[in-house]
Amino acid sequence: MAPAASVAVENLNPKVLKCEYAVRGEIAIHAQRLQQQLQTQPGSLPFDQILFCNIGNPQSLGQQPVTFFREVLALCDHPCLLEKEETKSLFSADAISRAKQILATIPGRATGAYSHSQGIEGLRDAIAAGITSRDGFPANADDIFITDGASPGVHMMMQLLIRNEKDGILCPIPQYPLYSASIALHGGALVPYYLDEKTGWGLEISDLKKQLEDARSKGIDVRALVVINPGNPTGQVLAEDNQYDIVKFCKNEGLVLLADEVYQENIYADNKKFNSFKKIARSMGYGEDDLPLVSFQSVSKGYYGECGKRGGYMEITGFSAPVREQIYKVASVNLCSNITGQILASLVMNPPKVGDESYASYKAEKDAILQSLARRAKALEDAFNKLEGISCNKAEGAMYLFPQIHLPQKAIEAAKAAKKAPDAFYALRLLESTGIVVVSGSGFGQVPGTWHIRCTILPQEDKIPAVITRFKAFHEVFMAEYRD
Amino acid sequence: MARKPLDYEELNENVKKVRYAVRGELYLRASELQKEGKKIIFTNVGNPHALGQKPLTFGRQVVALCQAPFLLDDPHVGLMFPADAIARAKHYLAMTPGGLGAYSDSRGIPGIRKEVADFIHKRDGYPTDPELIYLTDGASKGVMQILNTIIRNERDGILVPVPQYPLYSASIALYGGSLVPYYLEEEANWSLDFVNIRQTVAEARSKGITVRAMVIINPGNPTGQCLSEANIKEVLQFCYYENLVLLADEVYQQNIFQDERPFMSSRKVMFDMGPPLSRELQLVSFHTVSKGNWGECGQRGGYFEMTNLPPKTVDEIYKVASISLSPNVPGQIFMGVMINPPKPGDVSYPKFTAESKYVHESLRRRARMMTDGFNSCRNVVCNFTEGAMYSFPQIRLPPRAIEAAKRAGKAPDVFYCLKLLEATGISTVPGSGFGQKEGVFHLRTTILPAEEDFPAIMSSFKKFNDSFMEQYEGYSRM
Repeated sequence: MAPAASVAVENLNPKVLKCEYAVRGEIAIHAQRLQQQLQTQPGSLPFDQILFCNIGNPQSLGQQPVTFFREVLALCDHPCLLEKEETKSLFSADAISRAKQILATIPGRATGAYSHSQGIEGLRDAIAAGITSRDGFPANADDIFITDGASPGVHMMMQLLIRNEKDGILCPIPQYPLYSASIALHGGALVPYYLDEKTGWGLEISDLKKQLEDARSKGIDVRALVVINPGNPTGQVLAEDNQYDIVKFCKNEGLVLLADEVYQENIYADNKKFNSFKKIARSMGYGEDDLPLVSFQSVSKGYYGECGKRGGYMEITGFSAPVREQIYKVASVNLCSNITGQILASLVMNPPKVGDESYASYKAEKDAILQSLARRAKALEDAFNKLEGISCNKAEGAMYLFPQIHLPQKAIEAAKAAKKAPDAFYALRLLESTGIVVVSGSGFGQVPGTWHIRCTILPQEDKIPAVITRFKAFHEVFMAEYRD
Repeated sequence: MARKPLDYEELNENVKKVRYAVRGELYLRASELQKEGKKIIFTNVGNPHALGQKPLTFGRQVVALCQAPFLLDDPHVGLMFPADAIARAKHYLAMTPGGLGAYSDSRGIPGIRKEVADFIHKRDGYPTDPELIYLTDGASKGVMQILNTIIRNERDGILVPVPQYPLYSASIALYGGSLVPYYLEEEANWSLDFVNIRQTVAEARSKGITVRAMVIINPGNPTGQCLSEANIKEVLQFCYYENLVLLADEVYQQNIFQDERPFMSSRKVMFDMGPPLSRELQLVSFHTVSKGNWGECGQRGGYFEMTNLPPKTVDEIYKVASISLSPNVPGQIFMGVMINPPKPGDVSYPKFTAESKYVHESLRRRARMMTDGFNSCRNVVCNFTEGAMYSFPQIRLPPRAIEAAKRAGKAPDVFYCLKLLEATGISTVPGSGFGQKEGVFHLRTTILPAEEDFPAIMSSFKKFNDSFMEQYEGYSRM
């Protein structure tokens, strides 16, 4: 007798079935297939290369790592190198001394051992010092949980906060779909608040309040507010006043503030500055016990772009001891995050300083990357705005552009016939004509009836003209076909 | 004012139910004592490098070169690194366009998954599909992912051995499922008892539980037993007829300390049994870089291999993996090097073999020393550590000790372990952290302390234990 399969789609966890993650969804999967096709049948497609502009993965598109960071990491990976004479000629002196300093904080200098479940204490001290120096307000190593990237920290908080489908989390629309996926996975309710495209993706407290009250009237217990600053996919950097209002709002409504600040080092607007929510809260006079706040940072973005290392942390303030114990307990089930990522998090928050041997080259690398990102953001923004029916807000920060595509009715009907969302239809055609991979706006959420795509600014600068040319050519053909 | 959302009362109940004793009360107390200056020997977790085991050189050389590719361009690199490490670093860098700094495929770098598939094929004699092998940040993440995929609600039950590694109980609690325990038979060398297992399943079903999966840990943790081929066959047949997916935790497959029962993967035995079982039984197998002779816990490298899962299920698992973007790339490279180590003729082969052999033989000696040491203690009975990294002696606590524990508000084995810690600095995990039969007490320790420290540690333990037993058993004054 052949028993029915025990684990089949019909009997999987429904929360798994429900969640979605468009960044590596249908279009990305199709792109991978096309990439394989290019390898096995060269010349079979109207382009000779797939260009992945769907994911904030800078080093996969040629961005170089920061040399100082890699020097330190290599020495920590293989500490025997520190005993070799040749090392002095291959590595900078301050990288050698930083590696020695880091190894001294690791019990037994054992980089292969499970560490404390919050991360190695000495590294958390370095991160706390970096936060203090950035904000001008003290940070505590005990408040820091180093994680395999920022994403696991987000999952942990959702797990803690969401008890059932009546627990709601306020999320910006458009949002990075880790939040919608995590909320779905943990069985909660996403309570959307809309960023205003007309005012550069501004956040209106009145809209926040409206959405909150709407949700409560439907019996949803709203527990937290997610703010992504700088924004993803929208790139806006919040004005200080806005941040004050958000903090006040959370305080008054009894919400946990979940501050996703992973793009804090990606700011391209001269008139904007990053302010951490912790700094804002403290400067308003809110102390340790006044406001539950979780701030997320990552080694994947900024100018370091070390996505593959999976390094990040969350700083947790304003929580009672019994709650912190629960967070620690959940972290301990996975034992600890990877040590390389932990070391990198401490380096990112404590880079070379003026006077260090590596400072000049580090600063040059950092500035070159950030200035190039700013130029690419502008070049792509201008290019999009020149195209018929496309309007694109400036990318003040982060790594993306989120242009609105005013699709003609004919295109919308063709999409319907193909059983695809109109922006997914557009994105698929873009991929098949040009090899450029983007994510459709429906993956992030948008005001109903509007269509967007998210495109990264990450292809190397010398490839940008070709990207613009190909995109333009495709768009003109598309509009010619579907113009009303 | 309104209660705060992160007040303790307002937390997800499932989180509150989770217990993970490996880093629980004993560990926290040991850490406190360490801060106060007491010398602590941490034997609470299988963490070899923390107790002085050295990393295998080749893996570290390869990853360091991948971490700092500028080294490969330097004319002096051949003086610092052997040629095969250089070649291997180039081999892995060629597989990943962004080097160590880019998110890889969410399932792991395809070239490394192919190496894992080749390893499995060579080990078992049966081919496998790299597309069904997913690399993860440690085996634990893979276990949690699979359990989360299976468990729908509290009526879904997972068969778990008792004693078990508490990742399983913790994950089942976290995901709101039911743990269906099956007891390993201590007197029969921790073997499986299918009469008991069938009874357990029937009981669970009568309570409305749908038993979905069976976990086996082979070699066992904390118990160390290595399953015989006959035992594995029974497990497979049982899962097939009862319609369960088999979750085979095989992370200790390289830690085998006896010759009678070498490691056999569940997959190999399944394919040996042939169709229809081999074509239909659903199996997920787990492995890691944290154990074996490598002990690279801090890298967080692991994989799971799926056999006979329907494509749509695999798609869902892929989807969830993609939300976390990718496993860490250095950990993936460690996995590659572990399952594809230096071969005869390679420059690094002699050193690699010598280092691995040294670790393995020392672990084997320590397994024996610890078992014998425990068995020489009053009221302590200890099964031999056939595999894995732990010893799980039974401590026969006298009634007066059990009463003293009650008065102190502690479980008896927790009471014993705390006293052991305070007297000797040896930090263990009480058996209750793993599950045990009612009224039977154990502790789990590791065989990982340095070999030269062993005599002192075992003698320190014996001194404490025998005087504890003296104190609570004593001699009748009548």
